[in-house]
Amino acid sequence: MLYAILCYHDEAAVCAWSREQDEAVMARLGAVQERLAADGTLGPVVRLMPTTAATTLRKDVEPPLVIDGPFAETKEQLLGFYLVEVAGLEAALAIARALGAANPGGAYELRPVGHFHPGALPERRPASEAS
Amino acid sequence: MSGIEWIAPALKAARPKAMAALLRYFRDLDTAEEAFQEACLRALAHWPRQGPPRDTAAWLILVGRNAGVDALRRRRRDAPLPDEAALSEVGADRDDAEADLAERLDASHYRDDILRLLFVCCHPDLPRTGQIALALRVVSGVPTARIARAFLVSEAAMEQRLTRAKARVARAAVPFEAPGGPEREARLAAVAAMLYLVFNEGYSAAFDAAGDRSPLCDEAIRLARLLLRLFPAEPEILGLTALMLLQHARAAARFDPHGAAILLEAQDRTRWDRALIGEGLALLDKAMRHNRAGPYQIQAAVAALHARAARADATDWAQIDHLYATLERMQPSPVVTLNRAVAVSKARGPIEGPAEALALIAPLEAALSAYFYFHGARGAFLKALGRRAEARVAFDRAIALAGSAAEAAFIRAQLDALAEGEAGADRANA
Repeated sequence: MLYAILCYHDEAAVCAWSREQDEAVMARLGAVQERLAADGTLGPVVRLMPTTAATTLRKDVEPPLVIDGPFAETKEQLLGFYLVEVAGLEAALAIARALGAANPGGAYELRPVGHFHPGALPERRPASEAS
Repeated sequence: MSGIEWIAPALKAARPKAMAALLRYFRDLDTAEEAFQEACLRALAHWPRQGPPRDTAAWLILVGRNAGVDALRRRRRDAPLPDEAALSEVGADRDDAEADLAERLDASHYRDDILRLLFVCCHPDLPRTGQIALALRVVSGVPTARIARAFLVSEAAMEQRLTRAKARVARAAVPFEAPGGPEREARLAAVAAMLYLVFNEGYSAAFDAAGDRSPLCDEAIRLARLLLRLFPAEPEILGLTALMLLQHARAAARFDPHGAAILLEAQDRTRWDRALIGEGLALLDKAMRHNRAGPYQIQAAVAALHARAARADATDWAQIDHLYATLERMQPSPVVTLNRAVAVSKARGPIEGPAEALALIAPLEAALSAYFYFHGARGAFLKALGRRAEARVAFDRAIALAGSAAEAAFIRAQLDALAEGEAGADRANA
């Protein structure tokens, strides 16, 4: 079963992390991801830019309306997501717990995936875009 | 984040909103600050055991307000307390009270409260350093000792400066009512200028001071993102944030290991922070859609052209020239013209460019005679035209005006290059 793990956190708090704290969190998450990748569980991993970089297209009006900012004004914002292939909900929860131990605070929403197309994009990390 | 490491960022993140609300309630910066301080102490005592509250800002406001009221009661037993009615609305159940308060905060234009908190730091009577120091202290909660270190003064002197600034702000009595459209726009513009001051104080620091001051850049960016979350469709706030991100992205490449400044053209571009650049470009894209160009957007567009150039010689100088010409029309200033002259010198041919640039800056001599970059750029144009003696005079004046050892070292390298060039020319002539 394919699950999406949607990561919600208070963006202002994440933006207040020092560079060292951010790197430490990413390193701890990286260790969990490596384990999941090794056993073939891990799909795409996405960290989103701050919601200030987001644009929303409201398509329930004609013509569609372009709005600056994220779709929903919430206390915790969607900051990223994972796709994982697991036997079922318990296994997905176990992964979410492991990720949560590496990065406490906020919440994960576990949502089964109905349709998935892997697409054709290569990996992209900020550091490797320089070339 | 393990253990209690998450608490400091959570407090830092909640501070502007909590301080804004406490300031509205107590109408006095010192009282609001003390109340917030007390709330933080209680958070440090309670949060590690109970975990973070669902809404940290609401928790801090509630606890801070009660603590502040208690303190006022102790201090002046018979003084009137602010707005008892608001207090009695707070229910007994902590969670309900939080949710309740948060809702009321959102409903009561906390955007304008936070904007106001930032705006009181920008009082035009405050000197530049006073604005920066006040914002860092009040909005960001940077300890006075750290601010003092950034400005190379004693803690006592900084404390005194902050006290004077707060008194000045209190006398100005910026009204608490939600501002009208034009007033809100004026406040946003003043706050944007102040944030850019904070950023530049960090950005312009020499290598040896960068450790104390570069956090100022991070802080300015953090506050700009905060402002952007409150006012997401303001193209100039998008532009300002983009500008700071794109400039800060170069931080790791701006100094050599000995602390000498490295010119943009000579920087190792693989050391530029691609994540910051990506975010800056995304924000600039959003800003452009509004078709309301402004000085921050244009400067961000210039920074974006540098960021997009894989190598220095791939820079689109013609486009930069065009952007500075637009900026000149919008906000005429000798410094902008000087920047355009640098673009012109690169955009045109090896002789026409510097010649045209020299003509452009000739009328600026009086205005910029005490400006390090003016003489540095003038020296470079003259050098490119082979007018070595005049170039040396210009470089000498630049060195005399250098604000840091790194600036002086950079010009000295130009002089050395001149001397080598002359030695080469002499050998060629011999």
